[in-house]
Amino acid sequence: MNNIPEVIRTIPLDYYLFFSAALFVIGVIGVLTRRNAIVIFMCIELMLNAVNLLLTALSAYRADASAQVFVFFIMAVAAAEVCVGLAIIVMTYRNIRSTDVQLLNYLKW
Amino acid sequence: MQEIVMPINNQSMALLCLFVPLLPLAGFIINGLGNRSIAKGLVSLIGSGTVLASFLITVYLFIDFQANGSRAYTVDFYDWISVGSLQIGFSFLIDQLTLLMMLMVTGIGFLIHLYSAGYMSHDENFGKFFAFINLFMFSMLLLVMGSNYVMMFVGWEGVGLCSYLLIGFWNKNTSYNNAAKKAFVMNRIGDLGFLLGIFLIFITFGSVSYPQVFAEAANYTGGIDSTVMIAITLLLFVGAMGKSAQIPLFTWLPDAMAGPTPVSALIHAATMVTAGIYMVLRSNVLYVLAPTTLEVIAIVGVATAVLAATIGLAQNDIKKVLAYSTVSQLGYMFLALGVMAFSSSIFHVLTHAFFKALLFLGAGSVIHAMSNEQDIRSMGGLRKYLPITFLTFLIGTLAISGIPPFAGFFSKDELLAHVWEHSKVLWALGMLASFMTSFYMFRLVFLTFFGTFRGTEAQKSHLHESPISMTLPLIVLAILSTVGGFLGIPAVFGEGNHILQNYLAPIYGYAQVANAPAVAPLHLDHATEWMLMGLSVAVAAIAAIIAYVMYVSKKTVPVPEGERLSPIHNLIYHKYYIDELYDTVIVRPLMWLSTTFHRVLDVLVVDGIVNGFGKLTTYSSRTLRYAQSGAIGFYLMVMVFSIVLILFLNFFIG
Repeated sequence: MNNIPEVIRTIPLDYYLFFSAALFVIGVIGVLTRRNAIVIFMCIELMLNAVNLLLTALSAYRADASAQVFVFFIMAVAAAEVCVGLAIIVMTYRNIRSTDVQLLNYLKW
Repeated sequence: MQEIVMPINNQSMALLCLFVPLLPLAGFIINGLGNRSIAKGLVSLIGSGTVLASFLITVYLFIDFQANGSRAYTVDFYDWISVGSLQIGFSFLIDQLTLLMMLMVTGIGFLIHLYSAGYMSHDENFGKFFAFINLFMFSMLLLVMGSNYVMMFVGWEGVGLCSYLLIGFWNKNTSYNNAAKKAFVMNRIGDLGFLLGIFLIFITFGSVSYPQVFAEAANYTGGIDSTVMIAITLLLFVGAMGKSAQIPLFTWLPDAMAGPTPVSALIHAATMVTAGIYMVLRSNVLYVLAPTTLEVIAIVGVATAVLAATIGLAQNDIKKVLAYSTVSQLGYMFLALGVMAFSSSIFHVLTHAFFKALLFLGAGSVIHAMSNEQDIRSMGGLRKYLPITFLTFLIGTLAISGIPPFAGFFSKDELLAHVWEHSKVLWALGMLASFMTSFYMFRLVFLTFFGTFRGTEAQKSHLHESPISMTLPLIVLAILSTVGGFLGIPAVFGEGNHILQNYLAPIYGYAQVANAPAVAPLHLDHATEWMLMGLSVAVAAIAAIIAYVMYVSKKTVPVPEGERLSPIHNLIYHKYYIDELYDTVIVRPLMWLSTTFHRVLDVLVVDGIVNGFGKLTTYSSRTLRYAQSGAIGFYLMVMVFSIVLILFLNFFIG
């Protein structure tokens, strides 16, 4: 079995770049347009993973392992963030019986 | 040649000098702090006792001074202000003039304190009164004892403050408070001149200490009548104008009669108002270097003397008459200074202090007996009820009118003889004022003490001679007014018998060096002197006779308030409308200017800028807060677009 960097390199780098960019833009548009907090949350995960993918691809092409260290960090942080974020969403739902972010506009003048 | 003034190195003498002003200060502190908690008897004991002690120390200092060959000395305590080349010590200068003033201030001061103990006995703020009057003694002593202009200025301000406090002593009466404010503000105008004069002295001579300034001035190379000298002396004279109530700053003094009568006697007749004369006399070396200023002083003095005397003719308030008389007599003193009759001026200060204090205290005794009635139209016939007051008041009147052998005759005669020598016109005006002085004083006596009683029945039943603490000062002052004149016997009665002139001669030492002809002694031939003397007595006697005919034989009584007067009488009665004139020419435009400045500069410009910043902040915040809508989606969108924009900019520009 070939090692993983070689498998990654079987696909040209440009493809990864375009794919990551597409994923990231989908995430951004999702965050901006959706009103459901959970969907927004998932879109954020999408953006994080787009970055992860990009980092992994570049790591393989450049034979530099330090990018992968970032990936691990991002995964750990994302897990922690999900923990807290979902808890907040649950609490919000319990209070206003909804997960619609448009309703959460109390913090204003 | 003037000998140099040396600091004294005798510790106990220095301490004694220090005690003279410090004792009244202690009295002020004790009586001031214990205002209502100290018994009245103790208050008057502390108040008068401290002043008596000061007087006794002064007498001792005087005797010691005479015994040690009349050598002036300074008493240095510590360096008070020391900045660069400016060295001001807290020190006293003890010389002939200082001792004379100290004796006068503490001596008359003590008598008036004694009198106050009786006069003010019914007042609830007895302690406050004694505290203030003691503070006045302290300030006045500082004024005359200080050995530099700055210390004099401190005393000068101190007496001004005490004058303010005591004029407005009955501060529940608004018009009294206004009189106090008027006195204070008018004095401030003069003080500004004095202060500028001190600055100019420091710039010119590099010092403000008397011995140094006078020694420098004696060797002044700028010549007689240099611009600087005229400026210095005129500025100092502006200060004297304010304090000694000369034209144009005299209108505060008659209003100052709002204060208790002992205050009028002590501050507004005998001591404080003569501070201006003391100051000019102290700076005599500077003044002989500026004859032009002296000419101005003489003219202002004689104008004040005549103007105030005419106003005095028609006043009906017993204290107002005396107040205008004081202004008029102060005018005489300045006239004497103006013609360089320095000794005559201080001689008149001294005799005036005796008889004017006597007259005021006598008036106080009358007011006391009349249950606070001050209008002479309601008096009359008081001779029978107040025999001691009447007799002493009469002596005071004879003294001020210049009838021999009372004190006023000698001083006024000598003064006018000097004026005769200087200018016949000024002399004639002086004689005119003298005539009027005699007239209004006798008018006062005749209306008050002769004829029949014109007051109410209630007042009549209450008439009584004042207590011993009030009559004793009257008697002492009456004796002084009688014999005080013998300090300066004219040359006709024996050359060199002028005790005061011989005594004061050393203080003109520097002036001798600076401008010898100016301070040459007076030499009139005896015939002229006899003639002048005869004339002044005749003028006074004629005025007295006219007053007698008018107010005793014909029993004329000044018309009541509101009745029509002849135009001239009306003009005089209303004091030439000078207060109204000042009000129109100075006060109102100033008020208008202040209001305008307040409206334009203060409210529009200054407040406009400050409030403008506040308003700008509020307005922009109010506008910007709409951006904070609370919609998270909007925030995110703004964020994303901003990041995209930054990236684009970075891409194309960076």
